[in-house]
Amino acid sequence: MARMMVGVPDYDSYALHMRTHHPGQPVMTRTQFFRDRQEARYGGKNGGKCC
Amino acid sequence: MTRHIAWILIAITGAVALAVVAMSRDEAINALWIVVAAVSSFLVAYRYYALYIARTVMRLDPLRPTPAMRRADGLDYVATDRVVLFGHHFAAIAGAGPLVGPVLAAQMGYLPGTIWIIAGVVLAGAVQDFMVLFISMRRDGKSLGELIRMEMGQVAGTIALFGAFMIMVIILAVLALIVVKALAESPWGMFTVAATVPLAMLMGAYTRWIRPGRIGEVSLLGLVGLLAAIVYGQSVALSPVWGPAFTFTPVQLCWILIGYGAVASVLPVWLLLAPRDYLSTFLKIGAIAALAIGIVIMAPPLKMHAVTQFVNGNGPVWSGGLFPFLFITIACGAVSGFHALIASGTTPKLIASEADAPIIGYGAMLMEAFVAIMALVGASILDPGVYFTMNSPAAVIGTDASSAAAAVTAMGFPITPDLITQTAKDVGEHTIISRTGGAPTLAVAMAEIFSHVVGGSAMKAFWYHFAILFEALFILTAVDAGTRAGRFMLQDLIALAVPAFKETKSIGPSLVATGLTVAAWGFFLYQGVTDPLGGVNTLWPVFGISNQMLAAIALMLATAVLFRMKQDRYAWVTTIPTAWLLICTLSAGLLKLISTDVKVGFLAHAAKFSAAAEQGTVLAPAKSMAEMRQIIFNDRVDAGLVAIFLAVVLSLLFFTIRTCIAARRTDGPTAREIPAPLVPAE
Repeated sequence: MARMMVGVPDYDSYALHMRTHHPGQPVMTRTQFFRDRQEARYGGKNGGKCC
Repeated sequence: MTRHIAWILIAITGAVALAVVAMSRDEAINALWIVVAAVSSFLVAYRYYALYIARTVMRLDPLRPTPAMRRADGLDYVATDRVVLFGHHFAAIAGAGPLVGPVLAAQMGYLPGTIWIIAGVVLAGAVQDFMVLFISMRRDGKSLGELIRMEMGQVAGTIALFGAFMIMVIILAVLALIVVKALAESPWGMFTVAATVPLAMLMGAYTRWIRPGRIGEVSLLGLVGLLAAIVYGQSVALSPVWGPAFTFTPVQLCWILIGYGAVASVLPVWLLLAPRDYLSTFLKIGAIAALAIGIVIMAPPLKMHAVTQFVNGNGPVWSGGLFPFLFITIACGAVSGFHALIASGTTPKLIASEADAPIIGYGAMLMEAFVAIMALVGASILDPGVYFTMNSPAAVIGTDASSAAAAVTAMGFPITPDLITQTAKDVGEHTIISRTGGAPTLAVAMAEIFSHVVGGSAMKAFWYHFAILFEALFILTAVDAGTRAGRFMLQDLIALAVPAFKETKSIGPSLVATGLTVAAWGFFLYQGVTDPLGGVNTLWPVFGISNQMLAAIALMLATAVLFRMKQDRYAWVTTIPTAWLLICTLSAGLLKLISTDVKVGFLAHAAKFSAAAEQGTVLAPAKSMAEMRQIIFNDRVDAGLVAIFLAVVLSLLFFTIRTCIAARRTDGPTAREIPAPLVPAE
């Protein structure tokens, strides 16, 4: 679970969530999901790192 | 009663250890006493105080849905196991701050720092992180600025956002300064740190195209690359061609870092920032754990005095007396306002249950305080002569071994020139004289501890550069990430006047905002690098004041929320630390402005130099009239900055009091929480 420490959540949980709650909506592939999470974490909107 | 027995025993152990630390005067005590005192205090504080706050003050409800449950999307809002989330939150809050502050504070001896870290974290720092996490968790994970706007009004929110941006600028400058101080004239260190850039890019390409998302394996490959870079760095440093090529003066390094910050913060995140963050996160957790194990195995005696004569304020490392300056020098580690941004960032969106909030909010900050304790121990196991040789400005002790040895011995910390040159040789550096900024000192201490456990003295130089790399790696990540964050803050602020700036996707405004952010921290970095007293002397107090002021702002928000929840009878939990932080920061800020001591007061220093300039005299360290004018200008900018911080914190104090009075006059709760579900939990 070291992945969560650097801001990458579990892909299977995401896929399960999309299938159960938003059926019919497009689901990102594993690679798309990873890139999306990288951008979300490091794009700068999260206040950066601490001192 | 029986369930309390174990805790009473822990409390007694802690009290005994604290007494040993506080009472011993003449004989050296073992570092483990400090560790035991800290750990026992933290355990008892967590068991009783954190749970008291959770149950009585916040009235946490494990059945109340958290943002991760209400808005689960598998992306931003993900209910996360509390052990994993603890690691995530801790990795986000722990950086260079808790390592550097305690090292600098050691100039007053280990006792004042130890007491402040333990008391500060229990009563202020961990309370702040926990309260902000709680407030954000009950409001869909909103950010600190938005929370202040929701609870205290639009104007207060904007002022806080502006303050946070200024603080970000100072943090970036001071972090970059630490890297400059650690890598200047040090080809081995420079090579290993420079090697991380292509290394991270290779890792980025690997996770982008070759094996997307395989963070674990790419980090292992990266680690192998890092270790190879450290080993190979020694040959590079010794090479007659490459050694000089990787040797830079502080001013050259300053420009390299400014250029680096500007370029790195506009590169795609997957190329450099993300892969290096993976490395630095895992390395950080690993190195901290290894340091804890190393200290326990080595059980070193403390060589620093419990209290030195510098408590009165004439110390060489930083100026000013114990009150108020110790309490702003150790900022992160005891209490850090910056954590309020993290505790209202990603963490509240990931928390699975309100019952997890104490261990994440309060517990992770205790862990950071433990890191600070280890840094203090590290600085205190060094020979005090070595410590003051490394941390005194060259203006005080000169630049060669015999002048430094004479000056430090005259301070009352005997050291021979041989020991100075031998220590430098052991760690593979040209010199250890005036290597200020805390990072090199900590690296010498870590090399001492690690080489005791693995490799013996032959490995000292390796471990020293490992420690430098470990610190530089996450500082550079912070510089890069912080510049990006600063850019968004600035765009939000400018958009208040020029709405077109809100477009974070368009190239023009984002490049302008990035450029302004880099120019802002670059200005203070350059000022620090060219400062005759070494820069840390000037910048660290400004950083400490701003960081503790942000903490006071976060605690004032927490106070306002408690009043609006009609929990004002428990508001002492936040008002006591708020009051203490306000006393410390306002008096430190005022002293920086109006003190007549030229070593403390910016304006007094400017007055002295401008008086001399009018007479046509050039005062050392300036070498020309232009430099004189530069020094006067810098002093006035610093004074203006401190005045801005004072104005920000005082205006937020006004808004807090107004909010609390309004809340008292209202009959019911007015806090804007997301309501609990209609079916009561109980």
